[in-house]
Amino acid sequence: MSQDHSLNPETMPHDPSKATTEGKHKFLGLWFFLGGETVLFACFFGTFIALRNSTAGGPTSQELFGLELVFLMTVLLLTSSLTSVYAIYHMKNNDFKKMQLWFGITALLGIGFLACELYEFAHYITEYGFTFRSSAFGSAFYTLVGFHGGHVIFGLSWLIALMVRNAKRGLNLYNAPKYNTFSLYWHFIDVVWVFIFTVVYLMGAVS
Amino acid sequence: MRDKREVYKLSIATTQKKGFGAVLWDYLTTVDHKKIGNMYIAAGAFFFLIGGLEALIIRIQLIKPENDFISAGLYNEMITMHGTTMIFFAATPILIGFMNAIMPLQIGARDVAFPFLNSLGFWLFFFGGVLLNLSWIFGGGAPDAGWTSYAPLSLQSPGHGVDFYVMGLQLSGAGTLMGGINFIVTIVTMRAPGMTYMRMPLFTWTTFVTSILILFAFPALTVGLFLLMFDRMFGSAFFDVALGGNAIIWQHLFWIFGHPEVYILILPAFGIFSEIIPAFSKKRLFGYTSMVFATFLIAFLGFMVWAHHMFTVGLGPVANAIFAVATMAIAVPTGIKIFNWLATMWGGSITINSAMLWALAFIPSFTIGGMTGVMLGAASADYQYHDTYFVVAHFHYVIVGGVVFGIFAATHYWYPKMFGRILHEGLGKLSFWLFFIGFHLTFFIQHFLGLMGMPRRYWVFLENQGLDTGNLISTIGAFLMGLGTIVVLINVVYTAVKGKKVSGDPWDARTLEWAIPSPPPEYNFKQLPLVRGLDPLWIEKTEGKGKMTPAEPVVDIHMPNGSIYPFIMTIGFFIASIGFIFQVDNNLWLLAVYFGMALALGTMVVRSLKDDHGYHIHKEDLEREAD
Ligand code: HEM
Ligand SMILES: [Cu+2]
Repeated sequence: MSQDHSLNPETMPHDPSKATTEGKHKFLGLWFFLGGETVLFACFFGTFIALRNSTAGGPTSQELFGLELVFLMTVLLLTSSLTSVYAIYHMKNNDFKKMQLWFGITALLGIGFLACELYEFAHYITEYGFTFRSSAFGSAFYTLVGFHGGHVIFGLSWLIALMVRNAKRGLNLYNAPKYNTFSLYWHFIDVVWVFIFTVVYLMGAVS
Repeated sequence: MRDKREVYKLSIATTQKKGFGAVLWDYLTTVDHKKIGNMYIAAGAFFFLIGGLEALIIRIQLIKPENDFISAGLYNEMITMHGTTMIFFAATPILIGFMNAIMPLQIGARDVAFPFLNSLGFWLFFFGGVLLNLSWIFGGGAPDAGWTSYAPLSLQSPGHGVDFYVMGLQLSGAGTLMGGINFIVTIVTMRAPGMTYMRMPLFTWTTFVTSILILFAFPALTVGLFLLMFDRMFGSAFFDVALGGNAIIWQHLFWIFGHPEVYILILPAFGIFSEIIPAFSKKRLFGYTSMVFATFLIAFLGFMVWAHHMFTVGLGPVANAIFAVATMAIAVPTGIKIFNWLATMWGGSITINSAMLWALAFIPSFTIGGMTGVMLGAASADYQYHDTYFVVAHFHYVIVGGVVFGIFAATHYWYPKMFGRILHEGLGKLSFWLFFIGFHLTFFIQHFLGLMGMPRRYWVFLENQGLDTGNLISTIGAFLMGLGTIVVLINVVYTAVKGKKVSGDPWDARTLEWAIPSPPPEYNFKQLPLVRGLDPLWIEKTEGKGKMTPAEPVVDIHMPNGSIYPFIMTIGFFIASIGFIFQVDNNLWLLAVYFGMALALGTMVVRSLKDDHGYHIHKEDLEREAD
């Protein structure tokens, strides 16, 4: 048995990311991992909800949050999920160049999101003196949103490593599952953000 | 074709020829689930001895009233380290070790789904335990806030003890989570042809359900530990009431993890007994389907009841009532299991050997623990029992009478499979009786000590309050247990050197792991077996063939390459953890954080840039070996 999994349009299986045993394992393993991540974020959300009004005389969410920037961030991240769907679509059609292109756009959008987030945090700290240590609300806010941001950074590093590593190799049954698991992970980050947008920012700005 | 024995001798000879360095390298880099299983068990046993020593010190302190054997502060460190070590670094890893060593064989798999991750998980657990214990030397005192480390007590604990607790548990928790995911995927995707879900042995089932519990419980601990870490090391205010924090959050997070954790411990033990009892009763497990169902039900309820540890916190009567009812409901599926084990033995032709003795002793011991559990589950009554020795008696009856008995039973049952030699029966029975008698002496009387008002976690008790004799007996029992453990150890060492060699199936057993040689070859099954029903090996025996029908011709077997990366990554995280702990005193330690993280993440990048396709064991080589 040879381990050379490189593909051409004739040998292309229906779904290259699940055509090998390793690919199936990766796919399933990531799903279960995301199950654990769900509990992780649920606990952070629970903590945040319990502490979101515990401002100890410091800035409150109504004073802090402006929805314009957060809305822009949401658009950036949701769009990046969409572009990663395009990328996977091209992977399934064995079009390596287009896949890389769309993943490249995904990465740029992700970087844009992170830049906004950094700006947001810096803004709170310099303008309002609102930090991780200000109050229990501050701790819970930066921890929840920061953990999400950390996930974005990790995802971007993962994606960039994948794209650089495979830039000259084309698609094969060894690397296709890696792209596929990355895209699942990226969608998950997106879903978590939707909850952050709702629970932290919308509810915080209104109530 | 060569004789079986000769092949073993050959393979043993080749291992013996290797120098120490080569063997060490082999273990540092191995991704073989069987070797990783052995390492889990060995490391867990080591921590078990440390935890046991701490227990004896606790019991010596309580041997008589107003004793001053150790100081109050050291006593707090002892009880904390004892509990933490036993739960996280002894019981859990030893069980995971057996899962690694046995479960893939039971489903007829050649490997686990993620061999690399398996090795990483082991090293994370191991270095987490090492880190925790380094606190004795470098922490300015070991952690002393109890194994539950309740805030705000854990925030006020001076020195670095609790910091070591936080980082050590964080490392090993990540490792355990990886193990859990690995087992789930393995069971879903790698069962041999014909091994449907409802033909899986009970130990595989409980591994599966336990892994699901790990997957959903451990992240809650991760979050709790992060919050505690941020509060202690970076000045956040989660549990700091002055800044709006709330210490009850720690309790919730801890028990959302902690209660499922006790089922992470007990379910595998249930699985072990469900293998041993049928094997030595020469009958199939009674009520197989209901056993599987009960396992799921226990796991589900196990998630719903965490707040029964917080009845006295003041959650209110409605919450208490709901959690009380849910808690007591667990007794129903547990009872179903007890009746099924009894019914399995009913009318069977029973062999009583060391493994079976542990299984038999488990049933009444665990039942007592379950009954006191129901008593504690009555919220109003728990106001009386809470934080007394009654609770101590309860959880030791379930954890020792259930989990530790299970570990000893598994040791005797699977040792021949794992090492090809059989443990000495006489020594086995001696260790059993010492431990069994010691166990009941130690803990039975603690129920009454608790009812008489002896609080838990107190350094001394007063004279002439009726607590003297009980405590003395309890300490004597603890020493008997210690003695029993030492005899088990002697047995293992003795057997490794002089023990009787055995064939692949010394117990005339029923499940797939017994269909291959002992110890199993690195690829487990030369040809994947065809499974025709529950207890597949037994089916072939009763139908006269005596061995499994292969489901495939002899073909090349794909194997993963060993790798040193998991070890290096763990060293990176280990260094970073130490940096986190000490950067509070001196900013320079942040360099250790950066260096450690760079090492760990850098190794991760290197690993993903380098392709690793593994290698093949060729058909011709396989054919040369006898089956
Ligand atoms: C019918 C089953 C069970 C019931 C109804 C039950 C009930 C309880 C309750 C209500 C408590 C809290 C008592 C208090 O702190 O005031 C408790 C404590 C405990 N239980 Fe159980 N339990 C059961 C089974 C188990 C099992 C199977 C295990 C372990 C394998 C276990 C391990 C523990 C431990 C470790 C504690 C003490 C935790 C601590 O405060 O340090 N229990 N149990
Ligand atoms: Cu509990």
